Amino acid sequence: MVPDIMIPDEKGYFGNFGGRFVPEVLAPALDELIRAYEEAKNDNAFQLELDRLLKEWAGRPTPLYEAVNFADALGSKARILLKREDLLHTGAHKINNVLGQGLLAAKMGKRRIVAETGAGQHGVAVAAVCAMLKLECVIHMGEKDMARQAPNVARMRLLGAEVKPVGGGSGTLKEAVNEAFRDWVASVKETHYLLGSVVGPHPFPMIVRDFQSVIGEEVKRQIIARYDRLPDYLIACVGGGSNSIGLFYPFVEEQTVKMIGVEAGGQGLESGRHAATLNMGRTGVFHGSRSFLLQDADGNISTAHSVSAGLDYPGVGPEHSYLKESGRAHYTAVMDDEALQAVEFLSLTEGIIPALESAHALAYTMKLAPSLREGEIVVVNLSGRGDKDMEIIREQMEGKI
Amino acid sequence: MNRLNSVFADKAGALFIAYLTVGYPSLEETVEAVLLLEKSGADIIELGIPFSDPLVDGITIQQAGTKALQNGVNINRCIEAVRLIREKSDIPLIFMGYYNPILQYGPEAFCANSFSAGADGLIIPDLPPEEAGLLEETALQHGLDLIYLIAPSTPDEKIKYVASRSRGFLYLVSVEGVTGVRENLPPGLQEFVERVKKYAVQPLCMGFGISTPEQAGQVARLVDGVIIGSNIIRHLSDENWRTSLPAYVHELKSFLRIQEP
Repeated sequence: MVPDIMIPDEKGYFGNFGGRFVPEVLAPALDELIRAYEEAKNDNAFQLELDRLLKEWAGRPTPLYEAVNFADALGSKARILLKREDLLHTGAHKINNVLGQGLLAAKMGKRRIVAETGAGQHGVAVAAVCAMLKLECVIHMGEKDMARQAPNVARMRLLGAEVKPVGGGSGTLKEAVNEAFRDWVASVKETHYLLGSVVGPHPFPMIVRDFQSVIGEEVKRQIIARYDRLPDYLIACVGGGSNSIGLFYPFVEEQTVKMIGVEAGGQGLESGRHAATLNMGRTGVFHGSRSFLLQDADGNISTAHSVSAGLDYPGVGPEHSYLKESGRAHYTAVMDDEALQAVEFLSLTEGIIPALESAHALAYTMKLAPSLREGEIVVVNLSGRGDKDMEIIREQMEGKI
Repeated sequence: MNRLNSVFADKAGALFIAYLTVGYPSLEETVEAVLLLEKSGADIIELGIPFSDPLVDGITIQQAGTKALQNGVNINRCIEAVRLIREKSDIPLIFMGYYNPILQYGPEAFCANSFSAGADGLIIPDLPPEEAGLLEETALQHGLDLIYLIAPSTPDEKIKYVASRSRGFLYLVSVEGVTGVRENLPPGLQEFVERVKKYAVQPLCMGFGISTPEQAGQVARLVDGVIIGSNIIRHLSDENWRTSLPAYVHELKSFLRIQEP
C-alpha cells in the first residue's frame, strides 16, 4: 500500500523543493503520467499485478537479516539489521520502481522506454522489465560508467536493450540523464522516460518514492512482528536518493526513528572531489526540480566524484532537501576508502558482498556502532549486491585479492 | 514601444532571428558576428548564455556552450557583450539562458543589469510560466520582455494560458526535439500555427530544426519570424565565417522576402 502523506503538493513541491522546471514540450507527458499514476493507485487490478510481479518475479519480500558477526566484530551491543534488497532480481532495489513504472508505461500505451543509468543497476532493471513486458528499451549511459561497469552493459544487451554511450562532460550519470531527457523530448508521444531515482520534475520524485516505499513498509512490518517496536536508526546511502527515501518515507511521522542518509564523500569533502550534495551543495534548479546541487559560483553544475558510479551525481531528490531543511533526517558522508573497507568487512564477517553504494551506509554504521547502546535497533538498507563492482574492488585493493 | 515591438511593427515579410552562443568561438567574435549579422540582414539577435547542461540543445549548440564556458563566459561577460554591441547597434537583443545560472546570479540583478546594458528580452527554455511568477514580475518591472515557448504537443488550453503571458513574441518550437540542423521540416506546422493563432495576439516566431534558406522560406509563410541557431554556430566554427555567414544570411533573406504578400 502506498502511504498517503500530503506531500508533495499539487505542483510537486516538498516545502521549498521540487516543482516542474521543464520545457513546455514535456508538460503534456508529465500531466498524462500524473493522471495515469492517480488511476493506477486506485486500480485494484494494477496493484495486484504489481504485487504479484514483485513477489514472483522480483523476489519480494526481502529478508531483514540481523548481522550479529558484523556487530560483534565492531564491539557493538546494538542489533544491526540489514534489509536485503541485494537479494532482489537484478541485484538491487532499483527493480521496485522499474516494475511499477514499467506497468504504468504499458497502461499508458507507451511501447518505448528510455532510461539513464549510472552504475548500470537501474539500466539492468529497466532492460529486464522491458523484456518481460515486451517494451522497446533504450538505455543512455556515460562512457566512463560503461567502462567501469562493463558487466552490466553486457547484461543490458543480453536482455535486449540498446545501450547508447554518452560522451562529453564527465561521462557519468549527469550526462546520461541529460541525454535521456533529450531523447524523451524528441520521442515523447510514444516513449516513457523511466527515471530511476527520486529526482527530476514532478511527478517523478513522488512516483519513484511511492514505488520504493515498499522497502520501508516491509521493514516496519518485519520489525514489529519480530521485536514489537520501531527501530531507533534507519541508515541508507544517498545518491539521487531512491533507496533511502524508500526506507525512510514510511517512518517520517514516527518521530522516535532517527533517519541518516550517507552521501559519497569521495576523496574528502575538502578535496572538492565528492558527491556530497546535501552536505556541500547550494539550492538551485537542475534536471527539472529545485533541490540542493553541487554547482560553481556561476550556477554551472559541477562534476561529482565517487568510487561508486551509482552515487556519482551532483543533484539529489527534492524530498531529501526537504527532510534535511526540516531537520527530520540527517545527512552525513563517508569517503571512498571507508566504503571500500566496509565492502571487505561485511564480506569477511557476514559472507555478503555489498554494492559500493550500499557500502557507504555500512561504513557509517561501522563508525556509529561503538556508541550504540544495548538493545538499540539499527536498520541498514543493503540496497544492492557487489558483484558488479568486483573489477573496481580488485583494482582498489591493489592485489590483495 | 521597445526595440522588439518596433521591429515587428515595422516589418515587411518575416523577420530573421539569429541565435549565437555568447563566447563562441570567442567573446570578441560574438560581438563582431552580431554586428556582421545585422549588416547582412538579421532583424533580431538571440544571445545564448552558455550552461553546463543544456537540456534542450542538440550537439552543435552543446559544443558551442562547452567552448564558451572554457573561454570563461558567465552572465557578467554576457551582459558585457550586450553593452559592447549596444555601443554600435540598435538591433533587438534577447538573452536565451537556462534557469539555474540566472537564479544563482539573482533574478533581480540579472534583469536590472541586462536591461541597463541594452537587452530587450529573455527566453528561459526550462522555466515554464507555472514556475516563473517571480522572474516574470521582475523582468516586467525592469522592462525586459519574458518570452515563453510552446510546442506542437501543447494543448489548446495551455496555448491560451502561455499566450496570455508571453511578452514580445511567442516562441513556437517547430519540432518535438532538441535544437539542431534537420533535413526536413516536421509535418503539421500549418495546423500548429493556426491553432496558436486562435489564442495569440502577439507576433509568432518559430525555431528549432530550421536551417536551410528553403526551410526558412516555408516557415516564413506561416509566422512573423524565423529563428535559426545551430546553422549559425556551424558557420562560426569555420574560420572563414566572415565571408560565409553574410552569404548565408543574404540567401536566407531572399527566401524570407519572397514570402512578402
